[in-house]
Amino acid sequence: MTESSLIKLAIVILFLPLIGFTFTIFFGKKIKYTYILEIATVGIAFLLSAFLMFTKLSSYVDNEIVSEFTWITFGSTEIKLGMLLDNLSVIMIFTVTLISFLVHIYSVAYMKGDIRFSRYFAYLGLFTFSMTGIVFTHNLLMMYIFWELVGISSYLLIGFWYEKKSASDAGKKAFIVNRVGDFGMFLGILLLFITYGTFSFDSIFSQIASGVLPFGTETGLTIAGLLIFCGAVGKSAQFPLHVWLPDAMEGPTPVSALIHAATMVAAGVYLVARVFGMLTGDALFIIALIGMISAFIPATIALTQNDIKKVLAYSTVSQLGYMIMALGVGAFTFAFMHLITHAFFKACLFLGSGSVIHAMHHEQDITRMGGLRKKLPLTYYTFLIATLALAGIPLTSGFLSKDGILAGATAFASLTGHWLFPIAGFLVAGLTAFYMFRLIIITFHGKPVDEHKYEHAHESPKLMVVPLVVLAVLSLFIWFTPNPFNADAGIFLRDWVKAPEIFVPDNARYDFMVADHVVSPGESSFYEIVYSEKYSEAVHSAHNPAIIISLLMALGGIGLAFLFYQYKKVDVDKLAERFKPLYNLSYNKWYFDELYNGYIVGGTLLLSRVLAWFDNKVIDGIVNGSAAVTRGFSSFSGKFDNIVIDGWVNFMAYLSGFIGLIFRKFQTGKVQTYIVLVIFSLVILLFLFKPF
Amino acid sequence: MLTVGLNHFLIVSSILFCLGIFGIVTRKNAVMVLMGIELILNAANINFVAFSRYGNFGYNGQLMALFVIILAAAEAAIALAIVLNIYKTFATVNVDEIDRLKE
Repeated sequence: MTESSLIKLAIVILFLPLIGFTFTIFFGKKIKYTYILEIATVGIAFLLSAFLMFTKLSSYVDNEIVSEFTWITFGSTEIKLGMLLDNLSVIMIFTVTLISFLVHIYSVAYMKGDIRFSRYFAYLGLFTFSMTGIVFTHNLLMMYIFWELVGISSYLLIGFWYEKKSASDAGKKAFIVNRVGDFGMFLGILLLFITYGTFSFDSIFSQIASGVLPFGTETGLTIAGLLIFCGAVGKSAQFPLHVWLPDAMEGPTPVSALIHAATMVAAGVYLVARVFGMLTGDALFIIALIGMISAFIPATIALTQNDIKKVLAYSTVSQLGYMIMALGVGAFTFAFMHLITHAFFKACLFLGSGSVIHAMHHEQDITRMGGLRKKLPLTYYTFLIATLALAGIPLTSGFLSKDGILAGATAFASLTGHWLFPIAGFLVAGLTAFYMFRLIIITFHGKPVDEHKYEHAHESPKLMVVPLVVLAVLSLFIWFTPNPFNADAGIFLRDWVKAPEIFVPDNARYDFMVADHVVSPGESSFYEIVYSEKYSEAVHSAHNPAIIISLLMALGGIGLAFLFYQYKKVDVDKLAERFKPLYNLSYNKWYFDELYNGYIVGGTLLLSRVLAWFDNKVIDGIVNGSAAVTRGFSSFSGKFDNIVIDGWVNFMAYLSGFIGLIFRKFQTGKVQTYIVLVIFSLVILLFLFKPF
Repeated sequence: MLTVGLNHFLIVSSILFCLGIFGIVTRKNAVMVLMGIELILNAANINFVAFSRYGNFGYNGQLMALFVIILAAAEAAIALAIVLNIYKTFATVNVDEIDRLKE
């Protein structure tokens, strides 16, 4: 296949789900089976994506295929849209369409009997289309357009059961919180556009490399990078905008798996990865900091939550924080790898939780479950594999990527001295293992709490189980590397995913990102491409300690979970009582919602009240005052009209009436009078003109 | 001895004309007004014939007098028909009371 036919293939993949969406949204009510068409379009898109990925990775592995066209011309400014096929985008599109397809199949069983069944599939199609757009775009403008499309489909799907107030509220919250981040992203895009006059990544990067900077300083570039990152903070639910994601769990569970765990929330990470080449050291440090906070806080919250989906939601925020932190500390490849591995095992976990919820007749509280292992064996084992992957246990994909991130953070710390990042990373690894096994033990082990619901629980239909199995299998290490302890050995990291070129001026980078020697194109060594020797040495030496510590933390977490919940050696309630403030802090989600409600929502309300007062008193006063003045004027003008103008007119009328009164005397209506007058006048005329 | 000349004719016709005018202006009955008109027409006839006799105009004046007599007959017929219609409409032939034209 030639490069241009690959681009055509990508365009077909992009528009297939849109076709499905259009048909399903317009004809879904009339024709019962349009959803099959919708699933088919996504299925075909998946097959084509698989073909696209393998062709790209086997034939054009080192190429970046770009195709663009001019969309609009303003004067001399051309706005171009286009497609970018590099290794990141084809791997990402494969992941997105695969998970989307699996979720479609799963949803057929899960959403069976829903009154808006076909509309649900239409929304899924819209989402798949917009996500595909984000992945394929080669410029920020298209990225922003599809970014918002993803936001609207997320809003529609969170609020899908809008009869429930909590669901519609959650949809609004997600949309509004996302808008806060998108606003920053929009400013960033504008800043880049006014500086470089273009939206496309490549030309922005090449102009940065040639020394053009926003405001002419490196600080300008840092600001631009951080503004773009704001979009990622919103979409990837990073601190401080993470509050929408747990609420988004009000949507149907397959939607949570697709949008709020695997693909859409990863878009933020993908965006940062796309613009990685223009991020300065300062920007990266702040990104790492935000990632670290977002990894740590939700991990502590997830410890005490009792809603199965809330635990997974906080875990998602935490893992996204990991990825963002990994990007911030320069572990680009592992961040992207974690994005992919996390997509598979978190989708598996969410679909598994959907299966549990389905079996328990829409019960989501894990304290009312228990002992489900026997009733739902397949769900249990797939859930377990995904949990092991999330906890970072060897033989799973999650172990490889998480270990890589932790090694990257450790190497970063050893080079720069910021030891907080690896420490938080390891701590979160332990917490993750603990809360996930707490979830598993309470849900699947032990004795059933609700006997009645337990009796009626049953394994989900095949349509739901098959996607679970597929995703669980994809969570194993073998797809990424043949050596379960060394991710670098696999083709995924060796050939496919590489740290991108950095275009930032040398003095604004991290020291270790300044290359030791000029790299000729085509030289495909691993870290050396952009990073210095000492960085690869640091990563190498951090690798083994990172594996050991993270394994110890994970095993410790799992051990504690078993001790607490399986064997009940420690009374958890007493422990909670003992550390009441900490427990409350975690249980109440660090009071973020209260904080935002109190200060931001409350502040907005206060501000609007002040503005309302201003409107009512000052603006309305001015309006009413001017109205009174106008009324005075018009009353005067009315009087003038009535008295002077009308008086004059009436006087004239009266005058003509008076004159008429005099002259009407002659008009007697009697012919004889007229004759007398005629003769009289004739006589006068005769005397006057004297014709004789 | 008194010779009857043109002046005598003219004086008679003037008296006749004035009587006609007087009749038209003063009579209340429409029929009397019509009779006034006949007098005026005959005054004009006397003038035609007199000028025909004493002037050098040939027989034109006499012919014109004949025309006027015929015209007067036609006029009387039409005018009487109008008077009849007026009587039908207003139930009177008093010209003072027929003053709808004023309004």
